[in-house]
Amino acid sequence: MPLPHLMIHIVPGKCDFCGCCVGVCPEDAIELMESKIAIIEDRCTNCRKCVWACPWEVIEFHREGVGHLPTHMPQMINEPTAY
Amino acid sequence: MKFDYDIIVVGAGPAGSTAARYAASGGAKVLMLEKDRDVGYPVRCGEAVSHEGVVQFIKPDPKWIASTVTKFRLVAPNGKSVVPKLDGSGYVLERRIFDYELAKLAANEGAEVITKAYVYDLLREDGKIVGVKTLIKDKQTEIRAKVIIAADGVESRVGKWAGIDTTCHIKDMESCAQMTLSGIHMDEDILEFYFGDNVSPGGYLWVFPKGNGTANVGIGLSVEAAKKKSAIRFLQEFVDKKYPHAAMLTHIAGGVPCAKTNSEIVKGNVILVGDAAHQVNPVSGGGIISGMIGGMIGGQVAAETVQRGDLMHLQEYARQWQKRLGWRHEIFYNIKEAISGFHDETLNDICNSALQIPEEKRSLGGIFRAALWNKPSLILDVAKVFVS
Repeated sequence: MPLPHLMIHIVPGKCDFCGCCVGVCPEDAIELMESKIAIIEDRCTNCRKCVWACPWEVIEFHREGVGHLPTHMPQMINEPTAY
Repeated sequence: MKFDYDIIVVGAGPAGSTAARYAASGGAKVLMLEKDRDVGYPVRCGEAVSHEGVVQFIKPDPKWIASTVTKFRLVAPNGKSVVPKLDGSGYVLERRIFDYELAKLAANEGAEVITKAYVYDLLREDGKIVGVKTLIKDKQTEIRAKVIIAADGVESRVGKWAGIDTTCHIKDMESCAQMTLSGIHMDEDILEFYFGDNVSPGGYLWVFPKGNGTANVGIGLSVEAAKKKSAIRFLQEFVDKKYPHAAMLTHIAGGVPCAKTNSEIVKGNVILVGDAAHQVNPVSGGGIISGMIGGMIGGQVAAETVQRGDLMHLQEYARQWQKRLGWRHEIFYNIKEAISGFHDETLNDICNSALQIPEEKRSLGGIFRAALWNKPSLILDVAKVFVS
């Protein structure tokens, strides 16, 4: 089911790329490279497991959606060309 | 059908390198892909291993040993501590050098290694998995192989793409933060573990000596507990209080799947090894040696499978792993479940009971017997380890 809006936000520049969030994500909704990370918006169900798992508080939950956040850069990564 | 390689190993940590090494020595044409630009870096680990664990695979070498340890200290929530007598010794590693040496051993057996190679999907043909899609130095490349070994760590996705559910339950995932600190004055032959609801609920905090006044200080706590307070906050509070004058050389995040081995570790022509397969000792969170054992069995069986041309033979990997360590990890998991239910008072009681044991008899077993007073059903789990 498509989401009304994404509520999970990865604070830019703070991530350490450890993969703890990917390990708990039941939807395979996080793309993680050596030094790039993004939520795959059309898979995310806003379950918040990644928010709890993040050792560094890099992933935030915003009930009102992330679209309005000044730091939010919409990224939907399904195709490698998007890198 | 033409294949570029017999076996592709995704990930060049200890499990991946060991899988590549044994697959190559078994006669297979092997390619190992690592997403980072370097093998062994960044280090996301406490870096401690036992001597008997490591010598199965590589001769101890001072260049990757930061310190040799013969003791460990368990610190209860009330600050009292007990130092059990141990048989044998262990090492605190320099993982960046250790991992590199393991990759070299794989290369020496003929495995090819490519770094900065990110696997973003499996390659399929007629519904069958025939290789991987990868970005090698940002260039899209398809590589074909008969068997894929997923050694892609806690963040494993290869298994998921192959249809294996590798998601770790948040109760079992340990959210970790780690620092290398300088200016730490401690005995350099002792590993320290701190327990308690205020220190690291559902896990522990470690201080491991790395020589020359430096230490690997880290924490792992259950994600369930981390909902209220994150790993880095717990660690920072501990460091501020205990080592206010230490300088921080590095800090890093991590995750450890402290679960039973994944219920499925073989599917079609894909196998999982190491953290990707949850081949971690659920009590200690240690996964270097167990991941290497998984990698060794996986690599050997994969090479045999290629030679026989019979994919069914891959199932042998799951059987051998279960026989070697899988069954043990199931029991360790039950022990973990019991211990993680202990609150501060219980842990203090256990420490007090252990301190009443005469020093020369103060073994790990003795401490465990003290724990049994608080949780008698633990005996059943331990009995299973020794009976089978």
